[in-house]
Amino acid sequence: MPAVQETVERVRRIDVDQYRYGFETQIESDKAPKGLSEDTVRFISAKKNEPAWMLEWRLEAYRRWLTMTEPTWARVDYPKIDYQDIYYYAAPKPKKTLSSIDEIDPEILKTYEKLGIPLREVAILEGVEPPPGGPPSPSRKIAVDAVFDSVSVATTFQKELKAAGVIFMPISEAIREHPELVQKYLGTVVPTSDNYFATLNSAVFSDGSFVYVPPGVRCPMELSTYFRINERNTGQFERTLIIADKGSYVSYLEGCTAPQRDENQLHAAVVELVTLDDAEIKYSTVQNWYPGNSEGKGGIYNFVTKRGDCRGRNSKISWTQVETGSAITWKYPSCILRGDNSSGEFYSIAISNGFQQVDSGTKMIHLGKNTSSRIISKGIAAGKSQNTYRGLVSAHRKATGARNYTACDSLLIGDKCGAHTVPYVEAKNSSATFEHEATTSKISEDVLFYCIQRGLSQEEAVGLVVNGFVKDVLQQLPMEFAVEAQKLISISLEGSVG
Amino acid sequence: MSLLEVKDLQVRVEEREILHGLSLTVNPGQVHAIMGPNGSGKSTLSHVIAGKPGYEVTGGQILFKGEDLLEMAPNERAAKGVFLAFQYPVEIPGVTTWNFLHAALNAQRKARGEDEISSPAFLKKVREVAKSLNIPQDMLKRGVNVGFSGGEKKRNEILQMALFEPAVCILDEMDSGLDIDALRIAADGVNALRSPERAMVVITHYQRLLNYIVPDVVHVMSKGRVVKSGGKELALELEESGYAQFEDAA
Ligand SMILES: Nc1ncnc2c1ncn2[C@@H]1O[C@H](COP(=O)(O)OP(=O)(O)O)[C@@H](O)[C@H]1O
Ligand SMILES: [Mg+2]
Repeated sequence: MPAVQETVERVRRIDVDQYRYGFETQIESDKAPKGLSEDTVRFISAKKNEPAWMLEWRLEAYRRWLTMTEPTWARVDYPKIDYQDIYYYAAPKPKKTLSSIDEIDPEILKTYEKLGIPLREVAILEGVEPPPGGPPSPSRKIAVDAVFDSVSVATTFQKELKAAGVIFMPISEAIREHPELVQKYLGTVVPTSDNYFATLNSAVFSDGSFVYVPPGVRCPMELSTYFRINERNTGQFERTLIIADKGSYVSYLEGCTAPQRDENQLHAAVVELVTLDDAEIKYSTVQNWYPGNSEGKGGIYNFVTKRGDCRGRNSKISWTQVETGSAITWKYPSCILRGDNSSGEFYSIAISNGFQQVDSGTKMIHLGKNTSSRIISKGIAAGKSQNTYRGLVSAHRKATGARNYTACDSLLIGDKCGAHTVPYVEAKNSSATFEHEATTSKISEDVLFYCIQRGLSQEEAVGLVVNGFVKDVLQQLPMEFAVEAQKLISISLEGSVG
Repeated sequence: MSLLEVKDLQVRVEEREILHGLSLTVNPGQVHAIMGPNGSGKSTLSHVIAGKPGYEVTGGQILFKGEDLLEMAPNERAAKGVFLAFQYPVEIPGVTTWNFLHAALNAQRKARGEDEISSPAFLKKVREVAKSLNIPQDMLKRGVNVGFSGGEKKRNEILQMALFEPAVCILDEMDSGLDIDALRIAADGVNALRSPERAMVVITHYQRLLNYIVPDVVHVMSKGRVVKSGGKELALELEESGYAQFEDAA
């Protein structure tokens, strides 16, 4: 494994309390007053120059939220969140309107450089040089819509996307520039009343990405957003909406890191995907937010609602996630298989170490005829962490011929962690075929010793075995992400054995 | 100087003493056979030499080229040239044999302060070695030992031995689970690696293997001790009379 050496070197340079990405950028910010009220919602909406309908939408969500209670069914345990002790809006102060990357605040660019984000990297900007060993893709390009705190500050490749007719912009801009599209689709996959955190997001979302791929268009590049939480005590409420119109295809990458904090930070994002007839969306996430320190202090609370609606016939939505960060993860990227012959996929690697708590999985809701879904989940628990897979596969009365295959594998490292599998299955018609396989194993001392006898260090051995365990899922990631994810996996398991 | 010197080694596992003062001196170029009934402590000895955790050394010493082996981390021992061919090679799903060997070889080279070997150079080398051992290329692409037959697993051990070019090779029950043809192929591989600088310790329960890998010295082990040492004819003697005669000596 070529990445092993490099990984190990990187691992050596960090220790558990020195989260690699734990630095803070000094830039002035523009904050809403602390706390949540109708005024906060109005402030955010006004800051964004939103039309009246958007403000109404937010206020309705806010009023709904006041009547709701925080869910407690997940296997996660955290101190009560004081929603009045959070800033709901923070933006880097705009110096002027930006027309190119060169105009971005150098402080912000430096942050991206430290994160190793290839915003300015010629190779990627030029779209050449796939990683060694990667598939030949000379024209492979990535467009980066960088979300810094709550406002998008850099958008690249706009021109080329425009030529293809693809709209890729901050959602705040889309609300102003493409109100008809936003109004048509926003909240149709995750309604404002969906759940406590999604409703909160609907009221106060700050920014996020908007993508529209017109009929018959294959998006000419991977679209990518890097999220980053920066302001102390700032809740982060991203909102992303992706629409793949008939016969179109788009691959979207989301990657995140956050600086170190003592206070816990709330993050409640909503992602909505819509595919019309014969369209496909591939959505990949690598999440490595600050997980808290070695005593379990700090770390991000990540309560995310991600859902895709296969609205059209023969459409497809595929979720791939590599979750290594956050103190608490509450996340179930799901597919509603509404169109006949539509299909949904969920490929997941969820790693927990230290005191992290992960409750993640998926829902595959089969509504149309001959719909199929596939779930491959790899959970890895180390340290004193708890790692739960929670999944629902259901077939509606009319969903004849629904098929699902689920494989849930858990790997335990050490004996102070826990892995749990909570599968729910509901078949309301007899023609559904649901297959479920689950395994739980411990990383074997004999396997580790075998590797070490061949010259590998303990960390290298763990990294190798774990990367083998998650291989089926890693293969689903676009190449750029797969290499990074592989390194991340080894880094996040540092200090987990011995 | 001897290559490997085990002096009065005492080892405990979970409070129980398994090796009660075992000594062994192996010189460069030699092949030593260690024979003994099941449970006599052969695998324990091989594990302690390789540095497997879980064994408590309560007395004695192991020197490798004059250095205290017990002070070294197991991967350091590997980099210095101690190789153990396991009695039960493990499976590592999802990790191709090719990747595993490349990572291991580079880890060893790095520990020795040598340059890493590039993918093309490695590919060339591993192909040559595989060919000489009659190992199909296809095996290198599969997960380490995953779905391998008993013979393939043992051949994979010898492939690694050939690739890493260790100074001391310990082969634990290389013959177990092999039919006569597989045994012959494996033994040919081992014989090809015999050299004036290298030593081998061949652990076996049966004399049969020693028809193919002819040892210079044979030790009989019983109940955690070496009870008799001699030339290769000792193995034949054992074949005739069995281990029973040594039970009392132990
Ligand atoms: N991990 C262990 N825990 C407890 N007893 C062990 C362990 N490993 C070996 N032993 C015991 O040590 C003795 C020697 O075992 P072993 O070295 O495997 O013998 P051999 O390889 O000669 O068959 C046996 O009695 C065995 O039961
Ligand atoms: Mg044995």
